[in-house]
Amino acid sequence: MTQDMIVARNLTKRYEDFIAVDGINFTVKRGEAFGLLGPNGAGKSTTMRMIASTSQRTSGDLEILGKDPNKKGPEIRAHLGVVPQQDNLDGELKVWENLYIYGRYFGLARKFVKAKIEELLAFAQLEEKRNAKTEALSGGMKRRLTIARALVNEPEILMLDEPTTGLDPQARHVLWDRLFRLKEQGVTLVITTHYMDEAEQLCDRLIVMDKGKIMAEGSPADLIRDYSSREVLEVRFGSARNAEVAESIKAIGDRQEILPDRILVYSDNGEAALKQIHALGFEPLTSLVRRSSLEDVFLRLTGRTLVD
Amino acid sequence: MTSNTTMTWRGAKEIVNLRKATTWGAWFVAEYRLRNMSKWIGAIIAFGLGNPIMLLLSVGVGIGSLVDNGTSGNPIDGVGYLVFLAPALLASAAIQSAMDETTFPTLQGFVWDKSFFSMNSTQLRGRSIVSGIMIAAAIRCILTVFMFEAILMAFGAITWSSIPALTWSAIIVGLSFASVMLAATSFVKQDDGFFAIVGRFIIAPMFMFSGTYYPLEILPVPLQVVGWVSPLWHATDLGRHLSYGHPVEGWVLVVHYAYLVILYFVGHYVASRQFEKRLGA
Repeated sequence: MTQDMIVARNLTKRYEDFIAVDGINFTVKRGEAFGLLGPNGAGKSTTMRMIASTSQRTSGDLEILGKDPNKKGPEIRAHLGVVPQQDNLDGELKVWENLYIYGRYFGLARKFVKAKIEELLAFAQLEEKRNAKTEALSGGMKRRLTIARALVNEPEILMLDEPTTGLDPQARHVLWDRLFRLKEQGVTLVITTHYMDEAEQLCDRLIVMDKGKIMAEGSPADLIRDYSSREVLEVRFGSARNAEVAESIKAIGDRQEILPDRILVYSDNGEAALKQIHALGFEPLTSLVRRSSLEDVFLRLTGRTLVD
Repeated sequence: MTSNTTMTWRGAKEIVNLRKATTWGAWFVAEYRLRNMSKWIGAIIAFGLGNPIMLLLSVGVGIGSLVDNGTSGNPIDGVGYLVFLAPALLASAAIQSAMDETTFPTLQGFVWDKSFFSMNSTQLRGRSIVSGIMIAAAIRCILTVFMFEAILMAFGAITWSSIPALTWSAIIVGLSFASVMLAATSFVKQDDGFFAIVGRFIIAPMFMFSGTYYPLEILPVPLQVVGWVSPLWHATDLGRHLSYGHPVEGWVLVVHYAYLVILYFVGHYVASRQFEKRLGA
């Protein structure tokens, strides 16, 4: 059996006069957690819909589980689990019923689905809500139910489009824990996100997308090593003075990014960089030394921040 | 955090029977629709029984006594007004109930909770979803027609022997109109005003000018045209023929059946195409 779950070559999606995905190449292997990182409008969701075999590509090649989605869409979809950006549960139905009907769509036997529901409710920590009306659930619970629903057919690939957007920090951590368990179980995950911490937490490997193109590819650690320094010093001099001070301290560190509210100084030793700034006679209003993140990688690659 | 999270996992290739899932796809969609419908079963039954009772009391008995007095000696079609009215009301009820199951669920599926997109992320295709919705609409329609007929029987407006034929003509028109409405609704992007426009400019004129309350032939010919294009008139004329032998020429019977069946298939075909286009965009 092939170990390549997804192979995209020169994959392109064009809408009338707009190119949403512009000739991208990537491969996802069995058991991998693969991420698509990028700002809104980067082409992540369009790429996901093509992988989910619901949207047809304009050109290029795409193979999912060894099959061409333009020809074998339903066959591929029978083996996928899809968590869309917006939960599309039936609010009128009870929690367990949403799992049940979805299992039935795959033609699974009633008895099998009923047993599966118990496992999925436990996994999603929704056992106590099994008979609740779905529209009464909190955002985090609905999200977990949507993920549980996507697992009812024991998918080869689980696709999650912005799994934690709009959730509070605690709900996000619960979700990450669940997804991590799936990964441990060997489920191949494909995740889109515009949160760098999410990508760092969950993804073995990722592509950074912007304007339909791939800007970089690698593991989070590789990307940070290749495109950023070990540490970042963030200094603020007040929005009126940032640009002026930046001119005077531009020799410090490997590189700098000047944002409207702060200056980022990239250096392997943030504390030393801060001392150099002090030595030049500048006193920042606030200063912070932190590890480099994927946010810095993205800033370096595109000159923009991820969340505008 | 609970630790009870181990899942048995044989994998989709092992557990999903693709042939079964594809063959029975429409029935799985229907199963879902019936489950959703079951949440409203009280309202469905109350309306299914209440609607004919009110119609028969007000129009059938109330207006009927005026009509019967005014036409005594020469009743419409040679029968009492209630008998004349019954097939038309039955066809209207069939249309209303089947249409409820194709319009609202279609907006729900595409616009409100986007459930069609979740169906389409399994192996289900647009055409199976369309067929599933029609199956569910047929079941709701049959249920409504039976309730209506029970009330008509109680009022003495129909006879036992006419029930099979009346059921048949009511269900054909219910489904043919519902499939056209399914096709129309599948193009609606947002629900603002759609139902109001359909209700005021299509449904209301159809009920008024389809020979429901009086023979269509009474109207001037230009207005009769509204009846000729209205599926309700074809079903009403057919129903009267089947119920009490209202005279209809052979070729007109063929036209009635053909018109309703063709409408059904056109609606079903257009809906299937539009569903697949919209889901795959």
